[in-house]
Amino acid sequence: MAVVHSVPSNRLELPENVVIGRLDSLANWCRKNSLWPMPFATACCGIELMATGASKHDLARFGAEVFRFSPRQCDLMIVAGRVVMKMLPVLQRIWQQMHEPKWCISMGACASTGGVFDTYAVVQGIDRFIPVDMYVPGCPPRPEQLIQAIIDLQDKIQREGTITGREFDTAGRQLRKRALEEIASPLSIDASRNPMLQRELAAAADAIAGRNN
Amino acid sequence: MPSTPPSVDDVLAALTARVGSLETSVSRGQTRVVVPESLAFDAFAWLKEQGFDLLVDVTCVDYLEYKAAKHRYGLVYLLASTATNQRLTIRVFLDDPDPSTRSVVPLWKAANWLEREVWDLFGIRFTGHPDLRRLVMPEEFTAHPLRKDYPLQGRGERHNFPVLTRDHS
Repeated sequence: MAVVHSVPSNRLELPENVVIGRLDSLANWCRKNSLWPMPFATACCGIELMATGASKHDLARFGAEVFRFSPRQCDLMIVAGRVVMKMLPVLQRIWQQMHEPKWCISMGACASTGGVFDTYAVVQGIDRFIPVDMYVPGCPPRPEQLIQAIIDLQDKIQREGTITGREFDTAGRQLRKRALEEIASPLSIDASRNPMLQRELAAAADAIAGRNN
Repeated sequence: MPSTPPSVDDVLAALTARVGSLETSVSRGQTRVVVPESLAFDAFAWLKEQGFDLLVDVTCVDYLEYKAAKHRYGLVYLLASTATNQRLTIRVFLDDPDPSTRSVVPLWKAANWLEREVWDLFGIRFTGHPDLRRLVMPEEFTAHPLRKDYPLQGRGERHNFPVLTRDHS
């Protein structure tokens, strides 16, 4: 790597082998091309999942061929097939064991909605109990459809991802962060030239004001 | 074993001589016998002595809203003899409010899980069973879902699971 020693007053001269980009973008590019799926395959969708990983459809073309059976090594859970109520605590435990950042694909009609199994024993859509990023329709979906979902997920990671995982923020997390900002006195930061920061600070101030009222 | 094994008809005749007349029928070449609940365990013990050493299955039918049925539950025991290849179906009818019968685990160890499954899904109690716990439904489940008066979509027994959001991970 070349090091830029002197920065001219208004223009940055870069050597040829230096590329400027957002760090978020670089992290996303790494993450999206190296998804390690956790195969939670419980039914016939699992067969299509295996076919997707096998030589003909070759999931390796998209960097997601490394199926791991330990949740500690995975960052993409593919729920392929129906999940029964008795299995649900297992699914939730595995999801919690996976490291951030992590994503979830709900593959097929059963995982997404319960499918034809509208009975007391089957979960009517896993998104009732764990977060889901992509839904794949089909009964079972063809490997092409699963690959499309993975491509779409890659697109989502590239567009929305951040190196600190801000895209996973929920309202509860945001409130906690804003409370932290309150303690750290955000006015010590010069936000005059950063409209995004200004909007963030205004929103935080609104949240604090709303809480105090 | 005798040199020529007794036919199922002979076994049935001997059983009838022991316990009184029984309702029998033949379906697709297999003999079915209805045994009253009070006589069932003794009949099973005797049939085992006659060579029916294999308990193939224990299952149950709920005859609720079944017009021709006189009883609500019908237990079905499928017996087989590994020596003579004979098969025999024993049916025991039970009724509410306390459908229960004596466990056949002392005769056939295979009955252990089969009876647990019937207990789990139909709520038939097997007295004398060594470990009558639920087999397929979750432990805290309270209903017996294969009974015909149980709603198809359930009563929401397990719908109070914690919902994991991105906040939890």
